[in-house]
Amino acid sequence: MKRLEGKVVFSGIAIGKISIMKKENQSVRRWKVDDIEAEKARVDEAKEQAIGELKKLYEKAVQEVGESGAAIFEVHQMMLEDEGYLESIDNIIETESVNAEYAVASTADNFAAMFSAMEDEYMSARAADIKDISERVIRVLMGKGESGLDGNEPVIVVAEDLAPSETVQLDKSKVLAFVTKYGSSNSHTAILARTMNIPALINVGYGEEIDGKMGIVDGKEGILIVEPDEEVLERYRAAKEEELKKKEMLKELKGKPTVTKSGREMKLYANIGSISDVATVLQNDAGGIGLFRSEFVYLEKSDYPTEEEQFQIYKQVAQNMAGKKVIIRTLDIGADKQVDYFNMDKEENPAMGYRAIRICLDRTEIFKTQLRALFRASAYGKISIMYPMIISVKEVKQIKAIVAEIKAGLDREGIPYGDVEQGIMIETPAAAMISDLLAKEVDFFSIGTNDLTQYTLAIDRQNAKLDNIYDSHHEAVLRMIQMVVDNAHKEGIWAGICGELGADMTLTEKFVKMGVDELSVSPTFILPIRKIIREME
Amino acid sequence: MVSFQYVVKDEQGIHARPAGLLVKAIAGLSSKVTIKKGEKAANGKMILAVMSLSVKCGEEITVEVEGDNAEADAATVKTFLEENL
Repeated sequence: MKRLEGKVVFSGIAIGKISIMKKENQSVRRWKVDDIEAEKARVDEAKEQAIGELKKLYEKAVQEVGESGAAIFEVHQMMLEDEGYLESIDNIIETESVNAEYAVASTADNFAAMFSAMEDEYMSARAADIKDISERVIRVLMGKGESGLDGNEPVIVVAEDLAPSETVQLDKSKVLAFVTKYGSSNSHTAILARTMNIPALINVGYGEEIDGKMGIVDGKEGILIVEPDEEVLERYRAAKEEELKKKEMLKELKGKPTVTKSGREMKLYANIGSISDVATVLQNDAGGIGLFRSEFVYLEKSDYPTEEEQFQIYKQVAQNMAGKKVIIRTLDIGADKQVDYFNMDKEENPAMGYRAIRICLDRTEIFKTQLRALFRASAYGKISIMYPMIISVKEVKQIKAIVAEIKAGLDREGIPYGDVEQGIMIETPAAAMISDLLAKEVDFFSIGTNDLTQYTLAIDRQNAKLDNIYDSHHEAVLRMIQMVVDNAHKEGIWAGICGELGADMTLTEKFVKMGVDELSVSPTFILPIRKIIREME
Repeated sequence: MVSFQYVVKDEQGIHARPAGLLVKAIAGLSSKVTIKKGEKAANGKMILAVMSLSVKCGEEITVEVEGDNAEADAATVKTFLEENL
């Protein structure tokens, strides 16, 4: 048994035979030709055939992954018709009196080198596109058919790298997983694998000897296990079984509204703590993101993240969620989450100390950078902003003044931003008690039950000694939730729960009855909770 | 020759797909269209050349249009840029 490590592109488990896909004869021979015009005509013919193939591939991809995923094949067609590219091929044939295959290969090398030298990461990845289209033309010139998988048995496809065209060309019913040595998680192939729900790993260093052997792709841990022993195999079979069961439930509940039998609808959103969670959110069919903990943007860095860095992250999430709501909570560090470069003093009681909005309203430059990034990103999707640890109306007014300043700045610079809903976390007893006043100032409430419970009961959740008296269903907390929901509705705004209590399935029915409008939970709870709500009267 | 400046607002810049759309739009014109970014210049009808300018959001490009119909074609390109990029 051998374990090969890699990077996960799309998770899932696959068990089956490994099949290494070898690129067909990539070495291109060079020879002299006499009839230059005939050679150019060959290029022209091959180009036309390649474009014809790409058109078909585009149609296939539209069926399998939708239009935006297929768009790359349209761009490939345009690349093949690019005058500069074609001129370069003709030039090489003319000046060197060489064969078409060689001229195409060296043109490809030149263009690919130009692109891979670019600093822009996205552009340098386009070198692979040039190689891909050129290989297609060369293959046509050599009179070979399109490559594919042999045999009828579904396999784990292992390759050095897979071009998007190769990925789409494969018969999906024969692919259990993709494993490549190279590639990046931004490559088209990675994107395609995700859209097609096929487990995929990249950066796996493998040797030729694994071809034809039994393998397991663990798309959670990011490993390829070659020739697993019986015990491991058994474990993965069970995990696979579990995965299938989940998928069944997914199929059954996916796309269905979260609504009770009598027609009351509940918004069911997901909590996420990093950008990589977005895939799971979509898989579990959440209606949106109810709590995006922006702390990770700061925790992962060794210095303050710039506006541009933050903007890219928020924008990516907004775009990936494609018009679904994304509620981003502004920086909530302090207490149990510390960041070195913030240089904060040690506190006796950090849970009640200098944290979250208190830091933001004190060190406003940090807050402003984040807000600008958020507003800029709001032009690319449906972003809402939520402020943590509020205790007074005064804080909300201060925030609003800063927001107005940010918006005015963006207007002056002509930078677009969307219509951003702004709400607050209700996680202090103070905020709950004055929720009638706060409701007049904001667009929504999201109840953070973890902190609300610890502050209301005066119980430190980290203290194991107090576990026996810590009651998350305490009547005081439930009454506060009811009060917050009622006060929200009086002012015509909505109220949700984004704390752990939201995922407590013994309370789901109660929350619906209390009038809670939204529950934001870990992605894996979405479908089980949807099930409960759909079975309610 | 007609020329004008344009600052790209699309967050993606002129990347693969937007570049494709731009080249498609220009290909239908009778004029010769040159897109410049700093020292670099590209024939607007060639996708690889346009892509290789690697124009990012916020960067300024100069568009030069030459031909009998330059005036109208420049307007077409400008409208396209404003609506798409």
